[in-house]
Amino acid sequence: MAKTLGPVKRKFSPWMDPAAEPFIRFENITKRFGTFTAVDNLTLDIYEREFFSLLGPSGCGKTTLMRMLAGFEEPTEGRILLQGKDISNVPPYKRPTNMMFQSYALFPHMTVEKNIAFGLEQDKLSKGEIAGRVEEMLKLVKLEQFAKRKPNQLSGGQRQRVALARSLAKRPKVLLLDEPLGALDKKLREETQFELMDIQHSLGLTFLIVTHDQEEAMTVSDRIAVMDKGVIVQVATPAEIYEAPNSRYVADFIGDINIVEAAVKETRSALGAPGLVELDSKGLSLAVEQECAAVRGDTVAFAIRPEKVRISADPPLDRSVNAVHGEVWDIGYLGDFSVFIVKLEDGRVMRAAQANVSRLVDRPITFGDMVWLTWPVEAGLVLTR
Amino acid sequence: MAASSDTAPKTNAKTTGDDGGHSAGLSRWLVVAIPYLWLAIFFVAPFLIIFKISLSDTAIAIPPYTPVFEGFGAIGDFVSQLDFENYVFLTDDPLYIEAYISSLKIALVSTVLLLIVGYPMALAMARASSTIRPTLVMLVILPFWTSFLIRVYAWIGILKPDGLLTLLLHAIGLMGPDDQVQIFRTDTAVYIGMVYSYLPFMVLPLYSALEKMDHSLIEAANDLGCPPWKAFWKITFPLSLPGVIAGSMICFIPITGEFVIPDLLGGADTLMIGKTLWTEFFGNRDWPLASAVAVVLLVLLVVPIMVFQNQQKKVA
Amino acid sequence: MKPSRFDATVLALCFAFLYAPIVILIVYSFNASRLVTVWGGFSLNWYKVMWSNQGLMDAAWITARVGVISATLGTVLGTLAALALVRFGRFPGRMLFSGMIYAPLVMPEVITGLSLLLLFVALGVDRGFWTVTIAHTTFTMCYVAIVVQSRLLTFDRSLEEAALDLGCPPVKTFFRITLPLILPAVLAGWMLAFSLSLDDLVIASFTTGPGATTLPIKIYSQVRLGVTPEINAICTILIALVTLGVIAASISTKRAELRRIRDEHLAVRNAT
Ligand SMILES: Nc1ncnc2c1ncn2[C@@H]1O[C@H](COP(=O)(O)OP(=O)(O)O)[C@@H](O)[C@H]1O
Ligand SMILES: [Mg+2]
Repeated sequence: MAKTLGPVKRKFSPWMDPAAEPFIRFENITKRFGTFTAVDNLTLDIYEREFFSLLGPSGCGKTTLMRMLAGFEEPTEGRILLQGKDISNVPPYKRPTNMMFQSYALFPHMTVEKNIAFGLEQDKLSKGEIAGRVEEMLKLVKLEQFAKRKPNQLSGGQRQRVALARSLAKRPKVLLLDEPLGALDKKLREETQFELMDIQHSLGLTFLIVTHDQEEAMTVSDRIAVMDKGVIVQVATPAEIYEAPNSRYVADFIGDINIVEAAVKETRSALGAPGLVELDSKGLSLAVEQECAAVRGDTVAFAIRPEKVRISADPPLDRSVNAVHGEVWDIGYLGDFSVFIVKLEDGRVMRAAQANVSRLVDRPITFGDMVWLTWPVEAGLVLTR
Repeated sequence: MAASSDTAPKTNAKTTGDDGGHSAGLSRWLVVAIPYLWLAIFFVAPFLIIFKISLSDTAIAIPPYTPVFEGFGAIGDFVSQLDFENYVFLTDDPLYIEAYISSLKIALVSTVLLLIVGYPMALAMARASSTIRPTLVMLVILPFWTSFLIRVYAWIGILKPDGLLTLLLHAIGLMGPDDQVQIFRTDTAVYIGMVYSYLPFMVLPLYSALEKMDHSLIEAANDLGCPPWKAFWKITFPLSLPGVIAGSMICFIPITGEFVIPDLLGGADTLMIGKTLWTEFFGNRDWPLASAVAVVLLVLLVVPIMVFQNQQKKVA
Repeated sequence: MKPSRFDATVLALCFAFLYAPIVILIVYSFNASRLVTVWGGFSLNWYKVMWSNQGLMDAAWITARVGVISATLGTVLGTLAALALVRFGRFPGRMLFSGMIYAPLVMPEVITGLSLLLLFVALGVDRGFWTVTIAHTTFTMCYVAIVVQSRLLTFDRSLEEAALDLGCPPVKTFFRITLPLILPAVLAGWMLAFSLSLDDLVIASFTTGPGATTLPIKIYSQVRLGVTPEINAICTILIALVTLGVIAASISTKRAELRRIRDEHLAVRNAT
C-alpha cells in the first residue's frame, strides 16, 4: 500500500490519429524456415512511446517477429521500417533497438556491473560516463549492492533486473522484451509488471513485449496484437480486445467466455441506436444489440463472458433480457468470485460468475438448484469469424 | 559433482532385518576396494619403484641394477646408500638437459599449432546445424579409434623425399621435377605428426565447451552493439577457456613424453626425451638412468597434470 | 545460425587432413607395385603375402587375445571405479583415487611402461603375455571409468530409488536396473579399451617378454625398415575391422534408441 504511484497517465492513442507517423512498421513481412511459414504476410504499425504487446500461444511466431526487428533473422519477404527508414541492411549491432532475452543471456563471466556496462563500452563512451550510467541503471532496478556479483550468484528475479538494466543502459529507441517475466513467480511477476510500466513511462521509450500470458498483456499494454499461426488476428487496446473481440479465436484466448453456435433469425437496425440481432441457438432465442455484418440465415457464434451473466433462483421480470433455465451442476469457488456451471435443459453447459460480496461460507445457490441465467441484450456478442 | 553428498543406497525399514544391509555394506566396500587396490599396485607402486631404482647403481646383470633397498628393516641403510649419481649424470651431460628443453619446446609449439587448427574446427562444428553435429563428432572420433602407429606410419609414405607430397607438387607444377620435399626426418615432420595425431584430443574438449554455450549470449552482445569478431574475443573465447585448458593439457602432457612420432618422423637431431629414455633403456640397457630420466620428466609434468586433474574434476 | 562458407571450408580442410593419409594408405595396399610412389594396378597380392607371413599372423593372434582379456578386465574394473567415483560420495582417499583415474589418461606412455616393467621385475614375475595384459588392463580401465562415469552422471537416480522403495536390495538393484541402463556406455568402454590395447606399442614394448610379440611391436619393427605394401595391407585390415566395429555399434545404439522412442509412443497412444 505504501508504494508510490507514478505520474498520472494521460490518454494516449496515436493510432487513432491518421496523421501520426508509425515509429516501427512491419510491411508485408513473411518469414519461412524451410517450408514452414513462421510469420505470414504480416503488416503492423507501432507508435512512439507505445507499450505494445505481441500475444499468442507458444509457437505462433512472436519471437520470430521480434528477432527480425532486432536483426537476428532476415525477413523472407517484406520490409521493416524504423522511423520511415528501411533497416533491412543494418546489422544487429548497429540497430537502435535493444533486446531483453527470454533466457536473459547474461554474460556468465562478467559481473553485474560489467554486464550493464557492456553495451556502453561498445559506444566508446568515456569511463566516467559509463560509470555514471551504470550507477543510474543499478539504482533504477534497485540492485546497487549487487554490482560486483556474477550472474550465477543472483536469484531469478535479480537476474531479470540485470537483463533489463543492461538492455536499457543504451537508451534504445525501442526496447524488445521476449517473455521477460516468464521465469518469475506470480507475485513477483505482478510487481515487476507495474515497475516495467513506470520505467517505460518515465523514460519515454517504446516497448515491444512478447508474452503468452494474457493477463500480463492486458495489464501493461497500450495495445495488444493477438497472433495465431504467424498472422495477426486483432490489434486493439486491452479493453477492446476483451469487450469486443473480433473472432472466436480472440474471444476464447482472452479470459473466460461462453460460446455457442447460433443462426441469425433477423437483423434490425433502428435509427440512432445500434442494431439488434436475433439469434436462434438450437431452440433458444437470443438477442444481441450490436452492429454486425451477418445477415439472416448466417451461422455465427454467440459469446458472453461469465461475469456478465446473472444467476438467480427467480425468473426475470423484465421480458427484454435474455434468459435461460438450468440446473447448477458444479460450483468453482475462487475466493473473489464463484463460477457456477449450469446445465441447460437441452444439455448444454453455461458458466456464470458472481462476485462474492458477502462473507458467507454457505452460498444461497447450491448444487442441484434450478436457476435462471439472465443477461441484457448489450452484454453478449455476435462473432462472425 | 565431486562433493556430492553420500546418497548411496541406504537400507530402510524394509530391508533391515534380513542380511540385505550387511551384504550391501560389503559389496559397497568391494566396489571401491577392487579398483583402488588394482591402481595402487599397478599404477602408484611402480612410481615408487621407479623412484627407488633411479637411485641405484648400474650393474651388468639382468635386471640390470643393484637394488639399494632390500626389506623394510633397512631404512637407515637406504638413506646412507642413497645415490644421486644418475641425477648428477643427467645434469652433467648437456644432452639430457637439451632433450628436456627441446621436448617441452616441441610440446608447446605443437599445442599452440593444435589450438590454431583445432579451435576453428571446433567452432565450425559447434556452429553447424544440430542435425549434422553428431556426424561431425563421429568423424572426429573415428580416426582416434584407428591405430596411432598406423596413422603416423601413413605420413611416412606422404612425406618421404620420393613420397606422395613430392609427387603431388610435381604434378601441379609447384616444384621442379628434380626437386624433392625435404620434410621427412625433420622437426617439421614431427610437428605435422603431432598435430595430426592429437587433433581429436584437442577438438573434442573445445567442441564440448563451445557447444554448451548459449547462442543467445552472442546475439545479446551483437544486440548491445558489439560486432561479431569482437563478440568472439569478448564472449566466445573467454567462455571456452575451460575447453582450451583441458584440450591443451590433454595434448601437451603426452606430447612431452612422445616416442613414436619423433622416432618415425623425426630426424637424428630431433631431441625428445621419450626417445632418449627409450634409447637408454633398450639401447644402452641402463635401467637406473632411464628411471632417473622418467622421474625428472614426471616432475616436469606434475604441474600440468595437476591443472588437468582440476579441470576434469570441475567438468565432472 | 546461418551456415557460413568459412565454417564449411574449415571443416572440409580439417577432415581432409584427418582422412587423406588413411585413405592413401588403404588405396596403396591394393597397389601391385612394390614402390609406394608408383601405381602398378590393382592387386590383392600384398594381402596374400601378409597372410602367409607366419610371424605377423602369430602377433595378430596374441594381440587379439591380449585385447579381449584386458578390455574385459578393464571394463569390469573401470565400471567399478566409475561407480565408486559417482555414487559413493566421500570415502577415505577419494582424492588419490580420482587422481589415479585421471593421471594415466595423460601420462606419457614411456613412463607408464617403464614403471610397470620395473614393478614386474621387482616382483620377480616372468614377462610375457600376462604382464602385457595386466599393463593394458591398468591403463584401459581408466578410459572405461571416464566413459561410464559420464553416463552415470546423467543417470536418473530416482529409478534406483524406486527399485529400492519397492523392496529390491541394492546389489540386485544394480544388476536389474542400473547395469541394463548404463550398458551402452559399458559396451562403448569395452570397445574403447579393446582398440586402445590393439593400438599400444610403447607400453607393450616395455612389459612384453619372449613369445609375446604383439602386432604393433611387429609392425613397428618392420616400419622402421621402411614403407612396405604388406604393412599397408595389415593396416587396412585393422582399420576396416575397427571402423566396422564402431559403425556397427553406433547403428545398434541408434536402433535401440529408435525402438525405445517407438515403444514410448506406442505406450502413450495406448494410454490415451
Ligand atoms: N531457427 C529456426 N528454424 C526453424 N524453425 C524455427 C526457427 N525459429 C523458430 N522456428 C519455428 O517457428 C515457429 C515460431 O517460433 P517462435 O517465433 O519462437 O514462437 P513463439 O515465440 O511465438 O513461441 C515455431 O514453430 C518454431 O518451431
Ligand atoms: Mg518465444
